[in-house]
This record gives sequence, C-alpha cells and structure tokens, in this order.
Amino acid sequence: MNYYYKMSAAEAARALQNKEITSKELTESVLERIEEVEEDIRGFVTLLDGDEVLLEAEKIDQARVSGEPLPHLAGIPMALKDNLCTRGVPTTCASKMLQSYCPPYDACVVEKLKESRTILMGKANMDEFAMGSSTENSAFFTTRNPWDTTRVPGGSSGGSAALVAAGEVFFALGSDTGGSVRQPASFCGVVGLKPTYGLVSRFGLIAFASSLDQIGPLTRDVRDCAMVMEIIAGHDPRDSTSAPKEKEKYTEYLGRDIKGFKVALPRDCFTEGLDAEVKKVVMGAVGKCTALGIEVEDVSMPHMQYAFPAYYIVSTSEAFSNLARYDGVQYGYRADGAGNFVSLYKKTRSGGFGQEVKKRIMLGTYFLSSGYYDAYYLQSLKARTQIREELQKVFRDYDFIVTPTSPTVAFQVGEKGDDPLTMSLSDIYTIIANLAGVPAISIPCGFVGGMPVGLQVMGRPFEEGRIFQFCYALECLLGVRNQLPETGVKRGGTVV
Amino acid sequence: MNISRKEVGDVASPAGLDLAPEEKEKIFQQFNVILDYINRLKELNLAGVKPTTHVLQLKNVFRKDRSEKREEKLPAEVLKEAPDKAGGLFKVPPVIKEEG
Repeated sequence: MNYYYKMSAAEAARALQNKEITSKELTESVLERIEEVEEDIRGFVTLLDGDEVLLEAEKIDQARVSGEPLPHLAGIPMALKDNLCTRGVPTTCASKMLQSYCPPYDACVVEKLKESRTILMGKANMDEFAMGSSTENSAFFTTRNPWDTTRVPGGSSGGSAALVAAGEVFFALGSDTGGSVRQPASFCGVVGLKPTYGLVSRFGLIAFASSLDQIGPLTRDVRDCAMVMEIIAGHDPRDSTSAPKEKEKYTEYLGRDIKGFKVALPRDCFTEGLDAEVKKVVMGAVGKCTALGIEVEDVSMPHMQYAFPAYYIVSTSEAFSNLARYDGVQYGYRADGAGNFVSLYKKTRSGGFGQEVKKRIMLGTYFLSSGYYDAYYLQSLKARTQIREELQKVFRDYDFIVTPTSPTVAFQVGEKGDDPLTMSLSDIYTIIANLAGVPAISIPCGFVGGMPVGLQVMGRPFEEGRIFQFCYALECLLGVRNQLPETGVKRGGTVV
Repeated sequence: MNISRKEVGDVASPAGLDLAPEEKEKIFQQFNVILDYINRLKELNLAGVKPTTHVLQLKNVFRKDRSEKREEKLPAEVLKEAPDKAGGLFKVPPVIKEEG
C-alpha cells in the first residue's frame, strides 16, 4: 500500500506533472484508502465504480504521456456534495424525495471540474437539503468524523469535509448557506471557503436559500483551496445572480508579504457560548499574527446577536419557496394512493421530506403569512441591512475580521438531540458572512483534546485573493496544514 | 407561548404538508423555542431602514426575445425521471373534480 493519498492536491498535481507517479496510481491509492476507512466514515452517498474511475485515470495518463497539454489538477480524485447536479449520476440531497433522481444536466461547477479533467469519485453525504449542522439529518445515514468516529463531521457539507480529512479524496465541493462549508471544515481539520456571493455560479446547485447559498471548496490546505477556486469561479449567464466578474489567479497571492494588514477581532464573538479551550487555541493563533507584522484590534459588532434570528427567518422563508417545486410530478418521489392533485402534492411532500425539512418549510410559511410578514420577514430583511452596514463599516478600517469558526469542537453523534437551537448555534459566527455576502474561510489553527479547531477569516467582497495571501502565511506560521488523522480512523475512540 | 397548536396546524396546508398528530406536536414545541429566540429581533428599532433582499445590486438579466423551435414532446432524458407518464407527457391525478 502506498501513501499517495496523504499528499495535498497541489503536491499530487506536481508529482503527476513531473511523471513521478501516474493518475492511475494516485486513484488506486485513494480507492485503497476508501476500502480501508469508508466503512467507518460513511462519507459517500454514491461511490462510483472503481473500474470506471480507473479507466478515466488511465485516459488522462495516456494524454499526459502523449504530451497533450492538461489542466493543472487533471487526474486528481475528488468528491461533490450530493446537492450538485451530475448528469447520469444520482443527486439525492440526502433526501427520500430525490433518492432516485438522476439529473439530465451538470451543474456549472461540475462542467468546469470535468473540463479540468479532475476525477469524480462519488457524491458526498449531507444534511437533507443542506438543512443541518452534523449530517444527522441525512435521510440515509450519519457521516462520522475521521478524528473520532463517535463524533459528527459537522454539516451540512459533512460528507465532503470527512472525505477530505480521511484521505478518501484530495478535495471536495460543498455548499454554504449559513456555515455549511466552514463549520464542517473546522470540525474535520480541513480548509473550507465560502466565496463572495455571486462569484461561483449556482447553476445546478439544488437551492435551499437562494440569496445566501454559495458553492465552495473543502481542501487539505490553503493552496489547494486557491487552486480549486481558479477552476470554479467566474461569471455564468445561466445564474442571474452571478456577478459579472472574471476569476483571478488566486495562487499568485500566495507567499506575498502580509505586513501592514489590519485584523479586527469582534469582542462580541468571544463571549457567551464560546468554549474556553477553543477560545485559548484561537487567541493563540491570533497572537501569532502580530509576529507577522499584522495589527490586531478589538472591535464591537453589536448587531451580531441579531444575525442568527435574521438568518433563520430569511433562510426558512426562501426554503419555503424553493422547496415548493417538489410536487411528485416531474421527478423524484411520488406518494401512492392520491385521488386528486392537491392530495398528491401533500402526500408526496409529507412522505418525501424528513422532519427538519418539514419544520423549516412550516416556519417559512409562517413568517411569510399575512399578519406575520412585517413582524418577521420584513424585520429580518431590515436587520440584514444593518448587519451588512456594520460589517462594511469594520471593513473600511480593517482588511479582515477574525473569529472562531464554531464555538466548540465537533460534538458527539446524538449529543444535540432534538433541541432546535443548540445545533444551529454552532453556526453562530459563520452566518453573518452569508447575510452580508462577504467571503469567509475556515482554516485549522490547532487542537482541543485531539479534535481540530477552526479559525474563520472574513474579507471584503471579491477579495478572496487577499484572504488566501493572509491565510497562507498564517498556515505556514501555525504549522497546521494537510494533517490527516495519523493512524487511520478511531473506532469508537480507540486507535486501530 | 408564542403560537398555539391551532395556528401551527393552520400553517400545514399552505406549506403543502399533511402532518401526523405526533409530528404536529413536535413541530409545535420546536416552533415555540425558535420563536422565543427569534423574537429578540423585535427589540431593534428598524424604522426607515431599507430591507436587503439581495447583497448584489444586480439588474435583471433578460435573454434575447426570439422564437425558438422546440420539440412538442419532452426530451426522453427529462421524461425518464417522471414518476408517472403517458404519451410523452407527465401524468397526474385529476386536477378538476368530476361533476356529480
């Protein structure tokens, strides 16, 4: 058995380009790793046939041998969250509603990854319709955290994060509506970026809350993240909210001097609910920033406490509208025994959606209903304006806002039970970036009790390049990059 | 209590859901916890603040207004996803009640 799977995507790409290894060998290494750990991790909802995947790898190897120019990440195995449409490959949203759905088209990001000749290994587990923070809301099964399989990987892109951390793929894509890329990245010790709203096309991303959703990469380090963004960013006329911006060469920012950057530390994020040990690790990392010539100052963001309520109202209201399409007519699940059309609609939805999804649709319906619209929905949109302005004000004086990604490390499977708030509060620091549309990344910054801790860095809209520049330097300084659980995965807490 | 059992029940129909009694009870309990938390938004004086529906100030994107020739029947790869179909179309139960 070789250990090629332990390389970062950039390292693997370099080894491929130098013809030190072949894509077939790289893919075999990953397949062996999957064989070894997937039974315990359960990150894949759909795993593609190994022979077909190897065939694709061989084709890329042949192209390389014959001197054909290949994109940078050609031949690198990856995974996609199961809410990204893949032509001919099931796309379930981890829901009974779409269990048998095979899209007739590829999402924009999937097209781009195919053009880049990356190798799709399979589709990653998630909370149903991206509603949750642990993958426990998946209609199929719960994915486990590779650092400790009694714990959750976070969510909703928990499958994507776990697969990257376990060495089953080199990178993955997720989607982030309130922290769904960054929180699992933090829990699994990988890098996760939510790009600026509009930078990555949402065409072919199955919608949850359209004004908040963004697709983002989960990777082993900052360089890999920049490389994946170079593939997936850019304007797409098929998404009417796609920004008319061209993507940049993000990797060119890596290694540039970061002296003189100014960092804001919102003291409102370091109070109630933040685990003391997590705080210590994050503050330790922040302290090291000064060694890089970075100025760090406390700021106050009093509207932060209103972000979660505003998010909850906006996201459920948009979900109510987006999920109205699941009617049992054109695709997906249909309930038996409906005598008329209205009953078909209700029976299908009641049978096809899980508990959490139904609850959020119900909440959205309530917030939008006459009599409550002004008090809830309109009020949340106005609060969103204030939260956004508060952030803009901070960004006039500072380059970045730094916070913990999540108030705790990964929690135990089943620990949060049915309490609708404690679970969602693990996204308390991440949701403002979605409400304001700004880019935000989570990078590993240390460990508490053997579990990874994530540091969140938010930047100004479309300044992903500078975020990479800063985080690359920070990553070098902290020495926490591409760390996989050392001796394979833990089974029920014991190392095997 | 922020909301009554009846109010929660009333939301189910416009949400397009039929809920079993125990589901309804659970959602009722959770609604109250969530609304308790969310109601802090009402503390804010937001008179005169403009609502943000979208962070990008984009104009609507229109495609060119030109006629396109389309197949009358749905493409096979679209239709194959339908739970029920007939004659190249989606099949559904009666939408309008029959007389008598």
